[in-house]
Amino acid sequence: MKITIRAWRQANTSDQGTMVGYELDDVSEHMSFLEMLDVLNERLTLEGEEPIAFDSDCREGICGMCGVVINGLAHGPERTTTCQLHMRSFNDGDVIDIEPWRSASFPVVKDLVVDRGAFDRIIQAGGYISAPTGSAPEANNLPVPKEDADRAFEAAACISCGACVAACPNGSAMLFTAAKITHLGLLPQGQPERAERVVSMVEQHDAEGFGNCTNIGECTAACPKGIPLETISRLNRDLLGALAKGKD
Amino acid sequence: MAVSGLIMVGYLLLHMYGNLKVFSGQAAFDEYSHHLRTLGEPLLPYEGLLWIIRVVLLAAIIAHVYAAVVLTIRDRKATRTSPGSRYKSKKNKRGFQRSYASFTLRWGGVIIFLFIIFHLLNLTTNDIAPGGASPSPYERVLNTFGEWYMVLAYTVALLAVGFHLRHGVWAAGMTLGANTSAKARRNLNLLAYAVSGIITIGFLIPPFAIFFGWVG
Repeated sequence: MKITIRAWRQANTSDQGTMVGYELDDVSEHMSFLEMLDVLNERLTLEGEEPIAFDSDCREGICGMCGVVINGLAHGPERTTTCQLHMRSFNDGDVIDIEPWRSASFPVVKDLVVDRGAFDRIIQAGGYISAPTGSAPEANNLPVPKEDADRAFEAAACISCGACVAACPNGSAMLFTAAKITHLGLLPQGQPERAERVVSMVEQHDAEGFGNCTNIGECTAACPKGIPLETISRLNRDLLGALAKGKD
Repeated sequence: MAVSGLIMVGYLLLHMYGNLKVFSGQAAFDEYSHHLRTLGEPLLPYEGLLWIIRVVLLAAIIAHVYAAVVLTIRDRKATRTSPGSRYKSKKNKRGFQRSYASFTLRWGGVIIFLFIIFHLLNLTTNDIAPGGASPSPYERVLNTFGEWYMVLAYTVALLAVGFHLRHGVWAAGMTLGANTSAKARRNLNLLAYAVSGIITIGFLIPPFAIFFGWVG
């Protein structure tokens, strides 16, 4: 396959940055998207150029480290992580635009690498159970309805990759925040801190400078783990309940 | 946004019901209009209930616009990270599934706001009176919609209202925590389609009926 890459090049956070074009003549359709970038980077290194910086770790679609905007779509055209996207999703002769996640809360570190520390601070604001629970208890001690367990697990599948922010026209991290609220809010262990959790996590979300949800659903469509949009409605429900109880 | 929006949706449904009385003739329509001013008497003064409704609506509009402006500024700050468009790629401008209704929500809202001012000057105060001014609400409506360009203007405005409500009613349900399952999502979408459809069509029936001479 012949592919033309237009990648975002930015030396550091304060650099202006620009799109730079590269031609690749011999791309196999079996390559993953990141392998294609590896091949390009090997060539750039041999030519004495700076390779394109991008994040990746497990390359199995479970760690949430990788993620770029491909042709204007977070993680590209398939509903999966960038590492699990393969070149067979593209055609011979395609021009592929590659850009970093764009959000005021995700400053670009270099090229396609962004700082997602804002997500960590949202989790630190309450996305956990503060009681020490020891080792895993006997599973039948604490019955959880199957439906709740399934929904909680679905929300817990979030890998914090940040595609929801990149895809959201408002740069909102509501799906990420809501996934954690839903995950803990549906399980018995999450109940004591449920009201405080939603208020302080949403406050941190806003303090980080993320935008607001206008219920468009691009986040869910881009999410490689398929976190449902209804988690945001559950967050809103918890937030209304917490505010009604006077938690702030 | 959700609560103030739903208050206005409720008002629109009542307003639409009143409009359809135009088919009952001049006496019924003008009597209805007068009755709105005397409703609740003698407990309330003349036009008392009307003023209560006006104040509630004005508060809803102010809350709606204020929230929209504040949230839009925050959203712009969150996404405008470099000069030019957010993503330089010209492809997939509509993302994965962004709808026309969600795209036009903000500017559609501005158009609707300007239309409301025009509409009040036209049929409430009658300062703008194409086809002739009249003390009778029935005649005002007939005179206005005898002109093709007024029918066109109201049609454009009501299509904007329709798109706004298609996304707005759905979003209000989301914000108030009503979308908690796949079934709830489907029902909420159906409700949004139904409300926007009923309001758009219900409001457009009288102008077109008058224009084609089926009334009066």
